[in-house]
Amino acid sequence: MSVQVDTPARSERTPAWPMLRTLAGIATLSGLLVVLVYQVTKPIIAENERILTEQAVFEVLPEATSKADFILTEQGLVRAGEGASGVTVYAGYKADGRLRGVAFPGAARGYQDLIQFLFGYDPACECIVGSKVLRSTETPGLGDKIDSDPAFLRNFEALDARLNAQGTGLAKPIELVKHGTKSEPWEIDGISGATISGKAVARALNDAAQRVLPAIRQDLAILSDGAP
Amino acid sequence: MADLPNTTEDLTPDTFVRGLWRENPVFVMLLGMCPVLAVTNSTVNAIAMGLATTFVLVCSSLLVSLLRHWIPKQVRIASYIVIIATFVTIVDYGIQAISLELYAALGAFIQLIVVNCVILGRAEAYASKQRLHTTLVNSLGMGFGFTLALLALGTVREILGSGSILGMPLFGESFQPWVVMILPPGGFFVLGTWLLLFNWLRLRRERRVLEQAGVAANAG
Repeated sequence: MSVQVDTPARSERTPAWPMLRTLAGIATLSGLLVVLVYQVTKPIIAENERILTEQAVFEVLPEATSKADFILTEQGLVRAGEGASGVTVYAGYKADGRLRGVAFPGAARGYQDLIQFLFGYDPACECIVGSKVLRSTETPGLGDKIDSDPAFLRNFEALDARLNAQGTGLAKPIELVKHGTKSEPWEIDGISGATISGKAVARALNDAAQRVLPAIRQDLAILSDGAP
Repeated sequence: MADLPNTTEDLTPDTFVRGLWRENPVFVMLLGMCPVLAVTNSTVNAIAMGLATTFVLVCSSLLVSLLRHWIPKQVRIASYIVIIATFVTIVDYGIQAISLELYAALGAFIQLIVVNCVILGRAEAYASKQRLHTTLVNSLGMGFGFTLALLALGTVREILGSGSILGMPLFGESFQPWVVMILPPGGFFVLGTWLLLFNWLRLRRERRVLEQAGVAANAG
């Protein structure tokens, strides 16, 4: 015995079994708790999402009081819940059951991350009647003005979105122009200090409109009869 | 455990209060800086983040304290992380159920509570050695201390950066908000100012204690 060790090193060696038992036990407990909470909160979260979407649809389609969901497929629009998968668009109806317009989602890369939008389209005037940011991480006070600046939001009172003669795309692509230089009805008047975010709005709207609006025109009858 | 000296703490008011002030996780221990700087751009976010962290802290500390004789020390960190991650997932679903807008505002920082060192620190340094009731009181104190600190930053940043408190405007139309305060640099400015205040108060107290003891205070 040359060296006396104080710590009872040998006796503290834990065999594999208690470690295994502990980790398995804790993992089981953890799994049970997470599943329980998931089951409890799932319907509440789904309801929250439904309310949030409904509010957004009614915001971009003023005067709409009810909505119906449609899925955009290769062949055109079909009612949601019939097994089709694709982009969801929301038809909004007035109180008397007439079609007010269609809300469709769009997305584009902004200053920091992808910005997700919902746009409102009125087939009667063939124009965009509303825009709302659903999710963004744009700079507060600068880029986030695309969802709060009253002058910018006035762009979306009646933004021209007529289709070309063949009905395959927009007659004039929607573009962002510098603040104060808007001269055509399909141009969006930009915000100084939010150029990149503003361009993202125009890009998201143009891309989504090119895809969605031809389908809306083609299947306008389905939409008009779709009042819930 | 039997041959080790008894290190369990008796329940005193200090068990709770020291988390609020003397051992405040943010202003004194400087732990958990990532959520402190990132989500305190408004009062609501600060409160939500503080309460979510408190919930995870209290629940995981309780479970760690309950299982402290059962977890072999070789796998304790892994066990603590799994326990903490469980409660973070629960909070994650809970916040989605309460408000999706709040969930979007807090972003990834809810999930990042897993790696908040305040919580792992409490589990390792306190809950794994102490009895259940003192752990409950101590972790509640730490959680409220963390919430208070977040609130201290969030309120100041919202007033200066948005001119409002809890979303209600405080000043008239003419107020030009100090936008930098709700951007990341503002977090550093406000945190630095609070730390300055806290350290000044602490030094003043220490100097007074020395003076009362009859020792000449060192000006340096």
